[in-house]
Amino acid sequence: MTKLGTDDNPVLIAIVGSGPSGFYAAEALIKSDVKIKVDIIERLPSPYGLVRSGVAPDHQKLKQAINLYKKIASAPDFNLIANVTVGKDISVEELRKTHHAVIFTCGAETDRKLGIPGEDLRGSHTATEFVGWYNGHPDYRELEFDLSQDVAVIIGQGNVAADVSRILSKTVDELKHTDIAQHALDVLAESKLKEIHVIGRRGPAQAKFTPKELREFGKLSDCNPIILEQDLVLNDESKKELEEKGNITNKKIYGLFSDFSKRELDLNKSKKCFFRFLLGPKEIIGNTNIEKLILEKNVLSGEPFKQSAKGTNKTIEIDVGILFRSIGYRGVPITGVPFHESWGTIQNKKGRVTENDGTIVNQLYAAGWIKRGPTGIIGTNRACSVETVDCLLNDLAKLDGEIKKSGAEGIYSILNNKSICHISFDDWVKIDVEEIKLGEPKGKPREKYTNIDEMLSMIN
Amino acid sequence: MTTIVTDNCKNCRFTDCVSVCPVACFHYDDEMLYIDPEVCIDCSACIPECPVEAIYEDDDIPEDKEHWIEINAEKAAELPVIEEKIEPLPGAEERKAELGF
Repeated sequence: MTKLGTDDNPVLIAIVGSGPSGFYAAEALIKSDVKIKVDIIERLPSPYGLVRSGVAPDHQKLKQAINLYKKIASAPDFNLIANVTVGKDISVEELRKTHHAVIFTCGAETDRKLGIPGEDLRGSHTATEFVGWYNGHPDYRELEFDLSQDVAVIIGQGNVAADVSRILSKTVDELKHTDIAQHALDVLAESKLKEIHVIGRRGPAQAKFTPKELREFGKLSDCNPIILEQDLVLNDESKKELEEKGNITNKKIYGLFSDFSKRELDLNKSKKCFFRFLLGPKEIIGNTNIEKLILEKNVLSGEPFKQSAKGTNKTIEIDVGILFRSIGYRGVPITGVPFHESWGTIQNKKGRVTENDGTIVNQLYAAGWIKRGPTGIIGTNRACSVETVDCLLNDLAKLDGEIKKSGAEGIYSILNNKSICHISFDDWVKIDVEEIKLGEPKGKPREKYTNIDEMLSMIN
Repeated sequence: MTTIVTDNCKNCRFTDCVSVCPVACFHYDDEMLYIDPEVCIDCSACIPECPVEAIYEDDDIPEDKEHWIEINAEKAAELPVIEEKIEPLPGAEERKAELGF
């Protein structure tokens, strides 16, 4: 057999998950000097991961990252195998036989818990499920959110918390021409929410919003952003953090908070969105439904850039009708692949999967959130995937190049034996075109299919 | 709506920004980088990466830098794309120090 990585003996790589990190990994592999064929396996019929189902519907421009992914998908050495779940329809062991290596880019599909009493009462939700629901993700289609309440609380001050609170603050007019799922728009149209509280355990100098997203709160048609001046007082360490050259993001965020605190209340707007700091959730109180939230006041302790929140045992109590925890997504373990329990990631060194003791596991790699945890934005995954692919390309000699692998054909054979229907990128394009058509009469960029069976019948 | 590279990039060209761009919208010449406004999705990933704070997004573009909006559009249209971080230009560290970073 000829050398691995030539036209006669291409490297066959299986990528698990078709979000940004999967596409950037595919791109880096296909562009390399070595001949590589990539099979991306995706459990949904639709690709693109969180760009499709995480990025908020009113951030359509961010979703244009998909234009690059379409270009990558048009490469002859790129192949999508969708509607197939690794770990259920096909195992990691089977992929190690059909392909030379496997890269896990399956993201972080669950969320971190607060770990407080009352967290599982009705009315206590996760940002993960709310975001999936309003973005039409099939897994969350059937969920219900009671927006007839007065007060919503979001625990967390990152971009996902910004998205959740902004969507709750917007009017139907502000959302009806986006690709928000119709079922969500219908529920939001009936919302009676008056107050939205976005609560962080640290101070205004540590909030993880981006300036662009925070600015949007100043431009809402029916909601006042509210910050109390007393909540903007900084300790010395936080002042040092903001004075540090290079910390432009936090400086801008603090500036925006200050601007909001000086604004006149617009009495024509029916909602208020409060940004509150140095508060940690201690307990949710209620019978079957949530009724009150006990928050502990925090102080910051530590050196600049290493300050953590410390509880003071002083508490306050607020009435709450619906609550969303937004303290981070979390990876889900895959059978047979070493998992770092406390970080929620696959054990790895620079993208090479390792056992818990650090020994490198041959053939297995990771990129994206399942490798580094749920941090960063879309572009962060590019450098991450490139690092993993560089390691893989350095490992070619260890990838059983003398054994003839069956690649995609091997996968199809396993799926056919189980009568599992897989769909191709061309199949997805048919669904894509139909969604855009369905959105047209409503002035929406698309109306997403939210049910997998409907997607599959559409193409069959 | 756009994100632009401005004069601090000249003679530095660190290219830290390029490695975090999700859509490969940076273009380059011998002096500095430019952002293609047709491709940029305003994700702001590049802004905090620049060691000399050369990149601005819409709402933050100071009046005296507004002319860079057109320069980025024109230059990006005629120059090649850069997709990977490369070595900064010779003298980049000195220039960075000169700029106060």
